[in-house]
Amino acid sequence: MQTLSGIPLNYYIYLSTALFCIGVLGVMVRRNAIIMFMCIELMLNAVNLLMVAFSRYLGDSSGQVFVFFIMAVAAAEVAVGLAILIMIYRNAKTSDTEVLNELKL
Amino acid sequence: MLTLLLILFPFLTALLLMSFSDKMARPIALGSAVIELILACFTLFTLQNGQTGLLGLNYTWSSSLGISFSIAIDGISMLMILIASLVMPLVIYFSFNKQYNNPRLLYALMMVMQSAMIGVFCAADGFLFYIFWEIALIPIYFICLMWGGENRQRITFKFFIYTLLGSLFMLLALIYVYLQSPERSFDIQVLYAAGRNMSVIEQGWVMGAFFLAFAVKMPVFPFHTWQPDTYYTAPTAGVIMLSGIMSKMATYGLIRWVLPMVPQGVFEYGHIPIILSVISIIYASCISIIQKDFKYLIAYASIAHLGLISAGILSANTQSLQGALIEMLSHAVNTVGLFVVYDIIVKRTGTSEMSRLGGLRAIDSSFAFMFFIIVLSVVALPFTSGFVGEFLLILGLFKNSPVLGSIAGLSIILGVVYMFRSFQTMMLGPTSPSMLGLPKLNIREKSTLFIVVILIIVFGVYPKPILAITENTIKTLLEGIQ
Amino acid sequence: MEQLVKLIPLFPLISFAIIGMLNRRLTKTHTAIFACTGVFLSFIDSLLVFIAQTQHHTTVEVQIYEWITVANFNSAISFLVDPLSSVFLMVITGVGFLIHVFSVGYMKDDDGFRRFFAYLNLFIFFMLILVLGNNFLVMFIGWEGVGFCSFMLIGFWYKDQKNNDAAKKAFVMNRIGDLGFLIAMCLIFTNFSTLNYSTLFAPGFITANPVSTGSLTLITICLFIGAMGKSAQIPLYTWLPDAMAGPTPVSALIHAATMVTAGIYMVARTNVLFSLTPDTMMFVAVIGIATALLGAVIGLFQNDIKKVLAYSTVSQLGLMFLALGVGAYTAAVFHVVTHAFFKALLFLGSGSVIHSMGGEQDIRKMGGLKKHMPVTYFTFLVGTLAISGIPPLAGFFSKDEILASALGQHPVWFVLGMLVSLMTAFYMFRLLYLTFHGQFRGTHEQEHHLHESPSNMTIPLIILAICAIFAGFIGFPHAVGQALGIHNWFGHFLSPVLGESEIHFSAATELTLMAITTVLIIIVILIARNIYITKKTLPTPEHEPLPAGKNIIYNKFFVDEFYNKLVTKPLDRFSEFLSSSFDKGVIEGIVNGFGKLTVRTGQTVRLLQNGNLGFYVIAIVVALISLFLIFLV
Repeated sequence: MQTLSGIPLNYYIYLSTALFCIGVLGVMVRRNAIIMFMCIELMLNAVNLLMVAFSRYLGDSSGQVFVFFIMAVAAAEVAVGLAILIMIYRNAKTSDTEVLNELKL
Repeated sequence: MLTLLLILFPFLTALLLMSFSDKMARPIALGSAVIELILACFTLFTLQNGQTGLLGLNYTWSSSLGISFSIAIDGISMLMILIASLVMPLVIYFSFNKQYNNPRLLYALMMVMQSAMIGVFCAADGFLFYIFWEIALIPIYFICLMWGGENRQRITFKFFIYTLLGSLFMLLALIYVYLQSPERSFDIQVLYAAGRNMSVIEQGWVMGAFFLAFAVKMPVFPFHTWQPDTYYTAPTAGVIMLSGIMSKMATYGLIRWVLPMVPQGVFEYGHIPIILSVISIIYASCISIIQKDFKYLIAYASIAHLGLISAGILSANTQSLQGALIEMLSHAVNTVGLFVVYDIIVKRTGTSEMSRLGGLRAIDSSFAFMFFIIVLSVVALPFTSGFVGEFLLILGLFKNSPVLGSIAGLSIILGVVYMFRSFQTMMLGPTSPSMLGLPKLNIREKSTLFIVVILIIVFGVYPKPILAITENTIKTLLEGIQ
Repeated sequence: MEQLVKLIPLFPLISFAIIGMLNRRLTKTHTAIFACTGVFLSFIDSLLVFIAQTQHHTTVEVQIYEWITVANFNSAISFLVDPLSSVFLMVITGVGFLIHVFSVGYMKDDDGFRRFFAYLNLFIFFMLILVLGNNFLVMFIGWEGVGFCSFMLIGFWYKDQKNNDAAKKAFVMNRIGDLGFLIAMCLIFTNFSTLNYSTLFAPGFITANPVSTGSLTLITICLFIGAMGKSAQIPLYTWLPDAMAGPTPVSALIHAATMVTAGIYMVARTNVLFSLTPDTMMFVAVIGIATALLGAVIGLFQNDIKKVLAYSTVSQLGLMFLALGVGAYTAAVFHVVTHAFFKALLFLGSGSVIHSMGGEQDIRKMGGLKKHMPVTYFTFLVGTLAISGIPPLAGFFSKDEILASALGQHPVWFVLGMLVSLMTAFYMFRLLYLTFHGQFRGTHEQEHHLHESPSNMTIPLIILAICAIFAGFIGFPHAVGQALGIHNWFGHFLSPVLGESEIHFSAATELTLMAITTVLIIIVILIARNIYITKKTLPTPEHEPLPAGKNIIYNKFFVDEFYNKLVTKPLDRFSEFLSSSFDKGVIEGIVNGFGKLTVRTGQTVRLLQNGNLGFYVIAIVVALISLFLIFLV
């Protein structure tokens, strides 16, 4: 088994899987929009970690390029998403997603 | 170029109409329709002089998909264009009789529709045909929706969805044939070749899919249920366009796309749609007999006639095809006549329920006379245009299948029953006092009916020029599929 | 010659157009002049053509223009004049003209005077087209055209719904026959690729084609169905008595003299085909004699003067078909000619009576009209004698020829035909006696009003009476004629088209036959005289019950009611079922069912889209995991 800087690849995979699952569970369980948001970021970063690890492992840098893309998109997403959240908070005085059901029929 | 002009001219007038005031709408619309008719006559003249070079046009639209803006005119298209451009001025002229809201929009929509329908009749590319086919549906949907009678939302919605669904099958069939063509092109000749190379079963399915689309549009039993309600609710101008021209798109489609593309499918499996069409004739005639409302009666009578046309076309011999074409013309003219009569009666009495009418002959004897000529044409009395078409159709159908031909012939009996019954109930008998003071026909009503009657008699007494328009095209077409 | 032929139908058409277009701007007198002139010119023209025919015996074919030409189907508007059509031309224009003249007087007080003459002229036009046509399709134009005019004229007094119903019934029944004709044309075309007489009936053409007897039989049966409709044969005869709702001159012209004989013309014209199919001939003869008997029986007890004549027409037409069925085409055509004269005469006479009675048609309310209307009486008497077959009036010769031919075929035909003649004699004399003899039974007012008709009505009667007396001599019986040196001119004249009669009896047989029939007829007349003059028996008044047998006959065997129950009502009910149950229920149900299905599906599926973010995420995760499991494990 090959290692990256002394740590086996498996460990990276375990870690990112764990992170991803925490993210998924967070989105699923929590109702607070900000926490859900953070969980989504967690999922993205779990993927990022995995991509960097594999990129290094395979010696192909295109994975790392994608990570940059994802980080850029995530940043944009955060900008827009937080803005929306603030607007929601101003209107609803809460960031609980359960309360936001005005568009439901 | 001429063809393109024929298609674009009404469309451009529609745009023009929108930029003028409501007051100008009528003269512009009528003028444009008349010019279109003149253009169509000029095209006919060009066609008969053999200058066909003027008539075709072919621009590549998307070379990767094999779609081109390709239009052409032959005898069959020519006749259809004549029908469309003959009916239009009559409809517009007669529509002045009534005060429509927002006339600008109405006439603009009618013009767009004419444009699209002429496009359908000229398209020499499968994809283009489909596009025009669907465009034609949009204006009539709005015409029925905005100027229609009661329950119009529900009825027009059903009409729209139904016909749209039908044409999806046509699109499927077109794409299927397209995928079979080695050149991957929607060009009509390529599609013909591809279609003919398919196995008989495939051809049968393609025919079925096409027929489904056309059967909804015509309509043919059992796909007809949208039609009576739609006709009933549509404004007179709209219903004439629907029944007079739009239903011909379907019968034209059968001749132009189904017969030459999948001839073996038609020979092998054609009896199924023919039987449906013949059922349609008898079925609609029977229902007509007990209709209480004149407009419903016309609607069902129309189904019966189109059933005969459809059965004739699928019989695919010279007599039946020629008969179908001249019957389409005759049906268009008769339709104009019948709906004009309907409008005249309703305008005066406020009802089209026949049992509440009676003795209307007292209003105006010339009205009764002209109405009767139209009735005669509908029941196919010799020397009216209806006879030439129906006789040839029955003869052609008979050559294909004597039994079906004879059954279809029953329509001449049933036709008399329902048409004469309606004529007698409404026009003859004692005049009820409330009907006595009704105004006579005004000059516009009279002249429209007069033109219709003249056309009926002229086409009936001397159909040769009409037959001559399509003669060669049909010959080529039939030679091609043998 | 060709120009002359072209002009024949043109004259009535022109006068129709003039009257139709100018309509109210014409005075009644001018209308009458135009209408009569149109037919008269046509008559002169026909006469010229006819004379030329008698001299040259050449058939003339004239093409007017190409009508429908589609591939190998070719039908021009073209005319054919041969002995057969020229005979019909003479009858149509001659009798037609006289009836026009009569109508001027008869209709003079009617509001629809112009309309009446316009249709009458149009009728003559179509009738001429019918007999002139050189192919089946042209005949069909005339065929349908006369049906249409008949419709318009039966329902002439359109304000009365009863007339309209009668008109519609006539047209629908005719159309049933027309469908037969149409199918026959289709069959002929598919078998022979032509509808032209000259090709089709050229010697040897039919036999040269490989056509089975079966399809020939089918063709002729279908043609005969057409003839049934137009010539009021069983089962399509019920329209003719109802058609008496029209003005009386119309009954005389259309429903006695001309249109109803179109069926005979058609069969005679296509005799080449019929002769090849003995089965059809048998069928024609059976239908013919059955109709003749039925008409005669019903005629025995009718009380409406026009109904009696109508059933008499049905019966006489049946006799003509019997003649056709036994192959005696000439006899049938001969009877058409003589019948046209005496039946037109009788109808016009009844018209004169009705006119004088102020519209009353019930013979129970007439009687003793002899002294008020001498001219009408004598001419009516001539007609009655002629139709009864008293020598030497016209009806005698033609009926005798039919009976002789029938005997030549089979004695049964002869006996039945004889029976018909006897009944004819009985009901005609019953009619005569009840109308003209005895005491007047109408109201006092009517009696006061009684008058002889004006001369423009009586002159046609007189001319027709003369014809009814002498017309028979043109077809003098062959055997007897030979003995006397008189030649059967009519049979000889028609022989190029209809062939020579094959049945020849010796002069003695023929004379015996004549003697027997005449004696029997005279006996029957005497019986009638005994009942209605000596015993002064009167028919039962309207509301009194009749003996069962008589009741059935008086009510025309309830055939109308039967048709109503068997055809009209079920058709209506079937249509009602199709419309309300099947169309609105089943088909509309299926179509709307699709719509409802879509809506239901949407309503169900949209529950999934509940807007709960957590639910979506769970769905995504579950879906991902299950996909993962499916594809990777």
